[in-house]
Amino acid sequence: MADTTTGTAARPTTAASAGYAARQAQQKRRRRRSRWAWGLPMWLLAVLFLLPFAWMISTSLKPDADAFLVPMQWIPEDARWENYTEVLFGETSILPSFLNSILVAVMRVLGELATATLAGYAFAKLPFRGRNKVFIAYLATSLIPAQLLLVPRFVYFQQLGLYDTLWALILPGMFTVLGTFLMRQYFVSQPDEFAEAARLDGAGEFRIFSRIYLPSAMPMISALAILTFVWSWNDYETPLVFLSDPEKFTLPLGLTSFVDETGAMAPGLSMAAAVLSILPILLVFLVFQRRFVHAMTESALK
Amino acid sequence: MTTTRTASADADPTTELPASARRRAGRSPADPRPVVGWLFIAPNLLGVLAFTFIPLVSVILLSFTHWDLVSGFGGIEFVGIDNFVAVVKDPSFWNGLWLTILYAGVAVPLTLAVGLALALALNRDLPGRGLLRAAFFVPYIVNIVAIGMTWQMLLDPSAGLVNQFLGTLGMQDLPQWFASSRWALPALILVTVWAQAGYANLIYLSALQDAPAQLYEAAQIDGAGRWRTFRTITWPSLLPTTIFLLVTLFVGISQTFGMIALITNGGPGDSTTTLSFYMYQTSFQFYRFGYASAVGLVTFLGIFAVMLVMWRAQRGRSLNG
Repeated sequence: MADTTTGTAARPTTAASAGYAARQAQQKRRRRRSRWAWGLPMWLLAVLFLLPFAWMISTSLKPDADAFLVPMQWIPEDARWENYTEVLFGETSILPSFLNSILVAVMRVLGELATATLAGYAFAKLPFRGRNKVFIAYLATSLIPAQLLLVPRFVYFQQLGLYDTLWALILPGMFTVLGTFLMRQYFVSQPDEFAEAARLDGAGEFRIFSRIYLPSAMPMISALAILTFVWSWNDYETPLVFLSDPEKFTLPLGLTSFVDETGAMAPGLSMAAAVLSILPILLVFLVFQRRFVHAMTESALK
Repeated sequence: MTTTRTASADADPTTELPASARRRAGRSPADPRPVVGWLFIAPNLLGVLAFTFIPLVSVILLSFTHWDLVSGFGGIEFVGIDNFVAVVKDPSFWNGLWLTILYAGVAVPLTLAVGLALALALNRDLPGRGLLRAAFFVPYIVNIVAIGMTWQMLLDPSAGLVNQFLGTLGMQDLPQWFASSRWALPALILVTVWAQAGYANLIYLSALQDAPAQLYEAAQIDGAGRWRTFRTITWPSLLPTTIFLLVTLFVGISQTFGMIALITNGGPGDSTTTLSFYMYQTSFQFYRFGYASAVGLVTFLGIFAVMLVMWRAQRGRSLNG
């Protein structure tokens, strides 16, 4: 270990610098030891924290009868991949709900991005009469929990023929106050000068928005897209209230089809379905981890 | 910012004038047309009006009526404040309120504490730190049905992994978790904290990275111990974040619905019928829309009041409130 420090530092020629190098090496050793003194328990804790997922995967590869063996068998004797083929292609396949979930999430993301970027930009960069009043109304609206609005939405959707269609999930998700806030916060932080200069050159307002400000907002836009996608993917309450036809179920509802009316479930199948339902989100998270974390903290601290 | 302002003011003297004078002078070519702004917000505004604002007004109106879905719109009957009187007299409402307070009152501080402890540990230089940070966040992004089904089996009273483990430790009288009215709420709290701690951890971590580095150096030079450094520097600098998390976690956790609907259905008995689940029951299992609206409004106003108190507590204590 000491070799590495003498290699990087200036070659010790005098006694003083040799002492310095030794001290530095000792410090580095100590730092490395403390790194692992904290690192090892934290890794163990992380494994413990993720143990439910290990159980999930293990059970998804077992016949139902083995799910509750005592003691627990972490590695199934012979992995039962049939659970996955059954869940994907069997009688109660989750593939249709998978597709519904994707459809709803994509439509919500696209709709929200379109309306939220326009509105957020207007609130930040386009003064118009009554803007502040509308904005305060938005602020107040953002506090209303969706739960409170379920009953009236339910009634309206029934009247409009939207009940038990995917539109009941998509439409409210396309016009969000939170998305507008996030975009406004971003555009407020951008300088006005670009727009002023472009206006003097005779550019139209939409052109200024779409050519100058929108491209620079890509990090915030992708953050918002990721957040919305995850929320939409995991939403359970809205589809529970607004959908009744199993063919229209989104994934969280589709998962419950492996639980019978008494609450008993087929462990192998339900866990295989659960694993499949997590994979896309985990993939999004791992690929866009930096963006994702940015999105979470951004939506929190603004 | 100020320098660019003066520069543009030089180029365009009208910005120096008060607004009324500018209007008289006519629209400067650098100003946007006022109607364009309305066009830009129109799609979002119309959607928010239709799907949020009108339902909100409706729920307020509904709360003064007696209505079940079956009797159609003709069956809507104005009853004044009867529903609110009924709410106050409803033992199920008070049970729900008590359970919500108990549930959020334990789960929120626990989530905060676990999240902060994790964040302090993960803020150090650790081997594989990026992966570690991601690991603790994973439960937060997993859908509640997958989580609920898994924990329901892990906490199975007789064959579940948790009780197997407790059994090998030699514990007698194992908790019956979701199967008993005494342990159902603690089990719910356990799963909630496990699922939410990653979020608190993430927000705390990003706040810790903004912590004042000079103060830590000064503390080190002064020879302040670890606990003193935490108490006098870290904790105060995290206070706004803590209040923020307190508010968001409280609002989120007091509205927990998915796990209750999925695992306990409010039971055993009514031991997990929190207000938000009670509201769902009255609306979509009993279809008492008028009464459910009143329960919902009272619940929301209660949550809102607690939120205001928390924000005020922050304003009193920190500079950037």
